[in-house]
Amino acid sequence: MIRLFAADPLLTGDIDLTVLLIVIVKTLIIFVMLLVGVMLYIWAMRKVIADMQNRIGPQKAGPFGILQSLADGVKLFFKEQSEPAGSDHRVYLLAPYLSIIPAFLAFAIVPIGGTVSIAGHMTELQLADPAIGVLFLLAMSGIGLYGMMLAGWSSGSKYPLIGSVRASAQMLSYEAALGLAIVGVLVHSGTLSTRAIVNQQAWTGAGSIFTDWYWLPAIGAFVIFLIAALAETNHPPFDLVEAEQELTGGFNTEYTGIRFALFYLAEFMNVITMSAIAVTLFLGGPNGPGLGFVASDSWINTWFMPIFWFFLKLMVLLYATVWVRASLPRMRYDRLMDFSWKVLIESAFLWAMATGAIVVGRNEGWNLWILTPAVALGAFLIYFVLMACVPSDKELEEIR
Amino acid sequence: MNAVIFFIFAASTLVGAGGVVLARNPVHSALFLVQTLLSVAVLFLLQDAELLAAVQVIVYAGAIVVLFLFVIMLIGVDRREALTETLRFQRPIAVALGAIVLAEIIFLTGHTWATGAATQSGVPITGSTSSGDLGNNIQRVARVLFTDFLWPFELTALLLVVAVVGSVVLARGSGDRSERSIEEPSSTADSESAS
Amino acid sequence: MTEFYREYLAVAVLIGAALALVGLMLGVGKLIRPVRPQADKYITYEAGSDPVGGWGQSNVRYYVYALLFVIFDVEAVFIFPWAVGLEPLGIFGLVEMVVFILILVLGLVYAWRKGVLRWA
Repeated sequence: MIRLFAADPLLTGDIDLTVLLIVIVKTLIIFVMLLVGVMLYIWAMRKVIADMQNRIGPQKAGPFGILQSLADGVKLFFKEQSEPAGSDHRVYLLAPYLSIIPAFLAFAIVPIGGTVSIAGHMTELQLADPAIGVLFLLAMSGIGLYGMMLAGWSSGSKYPLIGSVRASAQMLSYEAALGLAIVGVLVHSGTLSTRAIVNQQAWTGAGSIFTDWYWLPAIGAFVIFLIAALAETNHPPFDLVEAEQELTGGFNTEYTGIRFALFYLAEFMNVITMSAIAVTLFLGGPNGPGLGFVASDSWINTWFMPIFWFFLKLMVLLYATVWVRASLPRMRYDRLMDFSWKVLIESAFLWAMATGAIVVGRNEGWNLWILTPAVALGAFLIYFVLMACVPSDKELEEIR
Repeated sequence: MNAVIFFIFAASTLVGAGGVVLARNPVHSALFLVQTLLSVAVLFLLQDAELLAAVQVIVYAGAIVVLFLFVIMLIGVDRREALTETLRFQRPIAVALGAIVLAEIIFLTGHTWATGAATQSGVPITGSTSSGDLGNNIQRVARVLFTDFLWPFELTALLLVVAVVGSVVLARGSGDRSERSIEEPSSTADSESAS
Repeated sequence: MTEFYREYLAVAVLIGAALALVGLMLGVGKLIRPVRPQADKYITYEAGSDPVGGWGQSNVRYYVYALLFVIFDVEAVFIFPWAVGLEPLGIFGLVEMVVFILILVLGLVYAWRKGVLRWA
């Protein structure tokens, strides 16, 4: 099979024991990274929110309370399990697996560093680089939905069922918007492979932040992606799944101890993965300036700096999620659904088409200074025609 | 190796298909269906049809079976299905139709044009390529879909709109009365959503 | 060996590792947690009162959104290869997708006008 875009060079040659070992080691590192990442993220989240609310936050377990999430996790191992008598036992046991395994898998496509050499093999610092790339993320979030849906259903209890049906409907609605937002990048990149997308955002100087990284050329898609990603991971202000006042705990109400911990873990891993995907698609992934005073082929510039830049960008986005969590009140469910179907999906369509027009025009050699305003005007025109066609909420009241 | 993976997932496909038919609980049936769909996705991967595999997971497992589950939860699983058939001769007709489909499949596999063989590397699927570069599976599908199969593609949009119209008509029901009767039993489920 | 194994070898290893980890966590939990059965513990949670009725049901409104999602998902699946192959297709490709989407948006506008996109 001919490939336009390089797959991981590690896997292009013969697969011997060393290669397999490297893959296994990479898998384990990703694993540990995700687990420790979730632990630190939960701690940082509690600390930052506490700070924003003039509290101290966790402080007893370890220095600055950094081991608090670990302590919480260990506690859950010792908790008795109670499964409702009327539950669907097999599905009840299956649901946590369906929730957490896709959460692990989705991170596989995230490039966390550059291309390096391990034991004589060149390899990309990412677990897998399939040609379907970002579609893998959508597939995994599709499977992850089953975990939630079945957890709520199999409990045979009412609140979890409401929570899970709500959650699935919300995730479906925002998955549509998420997919269309990704199209805004794909039109520019012409490939689905995450590694190829990252390579196109290579660092060529400070200007490449604005010209090569996709956040500015695809600013509309970026905004839609961030909103949809928050909703897709059931993050506040879209956390209607576990609206405590109405649903107690949502879909995982009847889960206790370690099984509950698995759902909790999956939820935060999804937040990390989505932020990492946002870094990959829009913020140049591991690209960034190397250190000028060391040789460009030294380990600092090939190994360390890309990883450093990736984690720096990731932490900025994760901090933003905590900020959002602390600031915004929960949305109402009707507004939540309206927002996806009546605002986000239409905007994502328009953005994808407008970007497509500009990319095609650029290839045809048209003047971008004329083309861009013309396309923007056209998009606004279509939007207003659309808005003129549909009834307002008040008119809808009369239709019902 | 190829054969080993094929047989594992082919078996998994068949087990899932059997489960769909044999499971008593509709939710279990839906889950077996997911197993079948995922196994078929792996079989697609074996044929180097990556895009198709992704579509299989995203659309079938991620959307259509979820829709089934919504319907199952809407109806409720408590209700025992009546095992007496309302359609007379349903069983013999089903057996006859199944036999015809099986015969068709066996007939078609005898002809190479219907086997769905793996995309052959280096052989263009379509003649309308300017460069010698064929690209990967996704780019090939894009080129074929948006040139040779343009008309069916646009018709798909029409088909989808028909589906939207159909679902809207179904969901609105024939009038207020029928709508009420659907929503009432589930009042426990959702009276709180406007809070 | 075909490309298949190479691309998805890592994914397979990851699935194995994830299964192992979850199994390990559940196994360790099983070993160290107490089991003190009491019938009352296994009643479903309903804010403290005794549960009434059987298995709950969901609402028809969710079903409509799921149906619409199926339609828009099918359409998204067409857009992905289009976005990837847009550059070689050029203006022709752009026009056909705009037509495709306009037809689909008609469907969305219909649903909107008929009031099914309203949560009430």
